[in-house]
Amino acid sequence: MSNAHADDSFESAPRRVEGTTRTSHWQKRLRRRYAAEKRFQAYGIIAICLGISFLVVLFSSIIGNALPAFTEARIKLEVHLDQGDLGIKDPSDEGELLRAYYLKPVREALKKVIPPADRAERKDLYGLLSVNADAKVRQMVLSDPTVLGTTQTVWVLASGDVDVMMKGIIGRDVPEERRQINDRQLAWMDQLVEQGLLEQKFNTTLFTAAASAEPEAAGVGAALVGSLMMMGVVLILTLPIGVAAAVYLEEFAPVNWFTDLIEVNINNLAAVPSIVFGLLGLAVFINFMELPRAAPLIGGMVLTLMTLPTVIIATRAALKAVPPSIREAALGVGASKMQSIFHHVLPLAGPGILTSIIIGLAQALGETAPLLMIGMVAFVVDHPSTPLDAATALPVQIYMWSGLPERGFVARTSAAIVVLLGFLIIMNASAVWLRRKFERRW
Amino acid sequence: MSLTTMLLVLLVAALAVYFLGSRRARQVVRGEIRQLHSLPPFYGAYVGLWLAVPALAVMILWLAIEPMILGASLRADLPASVLNGPKDQIGLIVSTIKSLATGGVTGSTIEPFMMELADDYAAAKATGRSLMTAAVFAAALAGGVVGFLHIRPAMRARNRVETVIRILLIVASSIAILTTAGIVLSMLFETINFFREVPLANFFLGTTWDPRFAAAGSGGATGQFGMLPLLWGTMFVSIVAMAVAVPVGLFAAIYMAEYAAPKVRSVVKPLLEILAGIPTVVYGFFALVTVGPFLRDIGGTIGLDIDARSTLTAGFVMGIMIIPFVSSLSDDVITAVPQAMREGSYGLGATRSETIRRVVFPAALPGIVGSILLAVSRAIGETMIVVMAAGVTANLTANPLEPITTVTVKIVNQLTGDHEFSSPQTLVAFALGMTLFVITLGLNIVALRVVRKYREQYE
Repeated sequence: MSNAHADDSFESAPRRVEGTTRTSHWQKRLRRRYAAEKRFQAYGIIAICLGISFLVVLFSSIIGNALPAFTEARIKLEVHLDQGDLGIKDPSDEGELLRAYYLKPVREALKKVIPPADRAERKDLYGLLSVNADAKVRQMVLSDPTVLGTTQTVWVLASGDVDVMMKGIIGRDVPEERRQINDRQLAWMDQLVEQGLLEQKFNTTLFTAAASAEPEAAGVGAALVGSLMMMGVVLILTLPIGVAAAVYLEEFAPVNWFTDLIEVNINNLAAVPSIVFGLLGLAVFINFMELPRAAPLIGGMVLTLMTLPTVIIATRAALKAVPPSIREAALGVGASKMQSIFHHVLPLAGPGILTSIIIGLAQALGETAPLLMIGMVAFVVDHPSTPLDAATALPVQIYMWSGLPERGFVARTSAAIVVLLGFLIIMNASAVWLRRKFERRW
Repeated sequence: MSLTTMLLVLLVAALAVYFLGSRRARQVVRGEIRQLHSLPPFYGAYVGLWLAVPALAVMILWLAIEPMILGASLRADLPASVLNGPKDQIGLIVSTIKSLATGGVTGSTIEPFMMELADDYAAAKATGRSLMTAAVFAAALAGGVVGFLHIRPAMRARNRVETVIRILLIVASSIAILTTAGIVLSMLFETINFFREVPLANFFLGTTWDPRFAAAGSGGATGQFGMLPLLWGTMFVSIVAMAVAVPVGLFAAIYMAEYAAPKVRSVVKPLLEILAGIPTVVYGFFALVTVGPFLRDIGGTIGLDIDARSTLTAGFVMGIMIIPFVSSLSDDVITAVPQAMREGSYGLGATRSETIRRVVFPAALPGIVGSILLAVSRAIGETMIVVMAAGVTANLTANPLEPITTVTVKIVNQLTGDHEFSSPQTLVAFALGMTLFVITLGLNIVALRVVRKYREQYE
């Protein structure tokens, strides 16, 4: 390397200078120049370290914030499910089972463990339970109505305030009036922990539940479903359109004004702010074509328009990497141009094309702004079942949660980010793996 | 029949015809395939295309025209009292009736005549759908028969099929043009609507941003739509972001290109590029939860009053995001400077840093400027970080410690509420979007020009 060569000559320079006399002026100057050289290198190292430390701080702050959300406080209770108490007349009627008030037996069970003295104490006691504490009991009864009339051991969800307290996010030394849990509740919590009835369990709610106003009951389940649906739409649309466009531009397009126009457009679209695509989706898909707002189908279409330029540019590079000799050989044995491309060039460019599609999908998965424009910020409680239902997406869910004041949501948001980043890392890693594994040197 | 089933049926029919067609081609020449112009599958594909293309064309045309006809007849059926009423009320009533017809929920009051019209509309829609089903399948049948009759040994099936495929390829690549046209036309259209109600000077030269939200249905409330505070906010945040990203990105690029061993470079470059792959909403949250409070606390200890949401927070975090845009592109440009130029400089006795500053950097400057311009356009169009970390109040200030708002924040704000679509409060978002589009487009064109011009010099 010529750089190394240059190094040697510089290192030998000062020695020669030292050998002569009356060179103090030159020595000084040389020292200054070398100091400048060192400084300049140091700037570069500092810049790189800064960049990488930003990355480290970003990841560690998010993961640090997210850790508490992966566990949740649950209370072990012996819940007696009396059909009469629940007001269920006909256990075979699913609607009735769904509507029954399950919080009541849960509260009764808690009262058995800690008998409250008066109304105020009872209110505090109930405050230990999440408003969604009945979810697990309801699920249990719905899946098997024969448990009615029996006593079941259930780990019910504790309230978000208890959870925050258990994790020490809000310390015990915080004065009573400034925390949500009062001293009496704190004593009960200690009692429950001592009896082994209050524990931190792995949080499954986070991955299955839909949005909720209560941090302890909120999950990214519905948002995940919405995001997956959108990725499906993006894949179905981007794969054929992107590959077709790239094949045309790389293999067929004559050199004329129309081809130039297409290329200029693709290059410019790749740099248009994503929010502008959202405006396009709002004006064309929703107002003009009157398609439903907030539907994953529309979201997927908008994201497709946004990712297409990236995918086309990357796919063209993959096609270009296939050497012309392949095409010529196919043409030489009598294949038509179309056959040479579809039978030989495309399969050879396959891994490269797949990589570019994965990268496009990863870009689409993390995009938020255009989805806000088409109304995906709505508070969606149900899991969407078709691509035309109102839905939300993972990044939009992160945005919505980040605006909520409850402490518990900071952890939830960070956990949602960890899930999102997890998907992105998997996608990008598989793209890199594909490239390494199938990379060919012609 | 729903559209999905219709498409599925068409797909299955086309596949069936494909197999039938190729069998038919074999039969015509009694198995002597060499007498056929093309291989049998091409005859099958030919018939399949004849079946699918006309049917799909009928379907698309129908879907495009039907809403116009139905909408027009619905408007014609509206009672005189509504037709003579205020113009913006008509649109609201029409959309209420339409959502009633599809069983949707509406927020506005429902009058008896609306229910009646909604029933009529739903009935007309159902008739339209069954007529369409009939028309589509008639077209498919006719097309299939025509295609089948065309099968003859001399028919150049491969060439015809390939022509169709070629046309499909052209259509797919034209989508880029359609998208650009869609962006420009839709925004232009809404922007013109906006300027019908708000004078140009008010928007471009006004220094007050106070749009006064109007609830759906209540017209009349007009506000101030001066975009200068927003434009200044966008520029201010971008300046802060570039102040972070340019030094860090540039020095990182120079080190990676000139000093780093190939091994270090192969680790550091992808690591820095991860910063560009992180979703912007994550940066927004990072700014909101970590950087904002951190800066506020530091400000507190040295006696500065820094808001948790401020230009500084948003700009700083955006700068982090943009580092790889500057570093990666500049790295490529610096590496592309011919080695001979460096060696010439070394030969004259210059140190490495002197060579970089006096020779390599000036030679790479146009490319570096191009990469910085691209980064600026990225910063201007960035939405989520500023929405979450910059604030919402339009503020014509030069103090980076105060909250500020940007063009993109206001686009989101104006469109994420429940406002009536035709009010200036909503339409202003399109005028802002158009401004944003024009600015970023201009920057991109200039940047690409600069980069390309430079590349030609050394290749």
